[in-house]
Amino acid sequence: MSLHSNLDTLYRQVIMDHYKNPRNRGELEGETLHVNMNNPTCGDRIQLQLKVEDNKISEAKFVGEGCSISLSSASMMTDAVKGRTVEEALEMAGIFSSMMQGQEYDEEKYDLGDIEALQGVTKFPARIKCATLAWKAMEKGLNEEE
Amino acid sequence: MDVKEIRKQFPILHQEVNGHPLVYLDSAATSQKPAKVIEKIDDYYRRYNSNVHRGVHTLGSLATDEYEGAREKVRSFIHASSMQEVVFTRGTTTAINTVAQSYGRSNLQEGDEIVITPMEHHSNLIPWQQMAKVTGAELKYIPLQEDGSLSIADIKNTITSNTKIVAVTHVSNVMGTINPIKDITRLAHENGAVVLVDGAQGAPHMKVDVQELDCDFYAFSGHKMGGPTGIGVLYGKKHLLEKMEPVEFGGEMIDFVDLYDSTWKELPWKFEGGTPIIAGAVGLGAAIDFLEDVGMDNIEAHETKLAEYAVNKLKEVDGFHIYGPKKRAGLITFNIDDVHPHDVATVLDAEGIAVRAGHHCAQPLMKWLNVAATARASFYIYNTTEDIDALTEGLIKTKEYFGDVFA
Repeated sequence: MSLHSNLDTLYRQVIMDHYKNPRNRGELEGETLHVNMNNPTCGDRIQLQLKVEDNKISEAKFVGEGCSISLSSASMMTDAVKGRTVEEALEMAGIFSSMMQGQEYDEEKYDLGDIEALQGVTKFPARIKCATLAWKAMEKGLNEEE
Repeated sequence: MDVKEIRKQFPILHQEVNGHPLVYLDSAATSQKPAKVIEKIDDYYRRYNSNVHRGVHTLGSLATDEYEGAREKVRSFIHASSMQEVVFTRGTTTAINTVAQSYGRSNLQEGDEIVITPMEHHSNLIPWQQMAKVTGAELKYIPLQEDGSLSIADIKNTITSNTKIVAVTHVSNVMGTINPIKDITRLAHENGAVVLVDGAQGAPHMKVDVQELDCDFYAFSGHKMGGPTGIGVLYGKKHLLEKMEPVEFGGEMIDFVDLYDSTWKELPWKFEGGTPIIAGAVGLGAAIDFLEDVGMDNIEAHETKLAEYAVNKLKEVDGFHIYGPKKRAGLITFNIDDVHPHDVATVLDAEGIAVRAGHHCAQPLMKWLNVAATARASFYIYNTTEDIDALTEGLIKTKEYFGDVFA
């Protein structure tokens, strides 16, 4: 459908899959890092929980409300940081941020997998904040922990 | 009212956005500007830009005449009894904050009540929240009916002899509810309270007669009625404004200045500290001329008709939900099943259709509606039924598009 060619770069199949079947949605039991973050201009909100053991993120879960981009990004982010060290997760957040700003980034260092599907968001400046919400929450949580 | 002719006078409307003719349905956020307003501001800067109320030179006099001439246009537009009752501000927000900071601070104390509604825009909510905290007064809400309107009985029950200020929106920016201002002012005055009306969604769209409404304060913005951003109006009854202290101090607003004390200019200038918003006021004056040429009653009738048309037409969209009462001003706030309003707005934008998505600066109302966000299409003088047809088509496509990816 020609009408959709531009939109298709935003709403890639893999993004819609994460939106429809979000990974790691829910709440963690026990002691966790707990971050609430919202996007005051549009009302999206995320509540992120991370379990960090021996400097490693062993569990990551989220609940929240938002559009397809913000929820799929949260789903992908939680998948991506599980099993990573705190430093690796923060570095990935930096890489994601560069990707969202349309800057060069190290494609080789981490297997970004599904996350690269979000590159299309850069063509929709109004939606970049949706994609970065979960990553900002993760950064905030880990930085406050340190 | 010839909408085709009117559209010709709005240069911005004649462009393509994302390969489609622009369909602008976000006038409740800000309206587009007719060429006459743009030209008037341009002319001010090209021919007679100068500071007002000072100096004796020719340009200064021209600028002062135009600035004060705009004030007279506003006075007549809202049927105030005197130009002293018309204060230029930066917008509705500044106007409301002026009343809260000045009238509120000196007339509120513990045991007093401020009465507002859950449908207020943040700009008519947070200034009163803050004033309640500072003075110890209680913030009370008139509850909403199921359809998002106010009942006279609830208004009567909420306003008491302890109520000092009632602050209420003329028209809800989310649901399009038109509030019974005359009843509110009558009931408030019976209890000795003053009434501030947030007219941001009122004055641009319908005839406003502040004397008939009998409100004590009325606040509105120029940019939502064809004027430029950065200019708004605070109307206040003269006997109230006279007793109020300014909230901004400096040049322009003083009478005599001594080392340790000063006195203020008379109304309305004591509330206009600093170099005023001259180009803004001049532009607003031109916008008022434009609106009055068309006729406020015609504008209101046109928008009501568009809203009725939209309510019927949009039923064609599968899973469409609309919020607010049946009798509404010219805006439609809605959701469609299974598609988040941000995604709706993005898909519509790809079709050249501009709508608003989010919480519309009314978070408590979103909670009351039990939604995180909504989409809103708002109409003005230049919108047509074709725009609504395009919106309907766009929403059907949105639904299909998200249906496809969910399939």
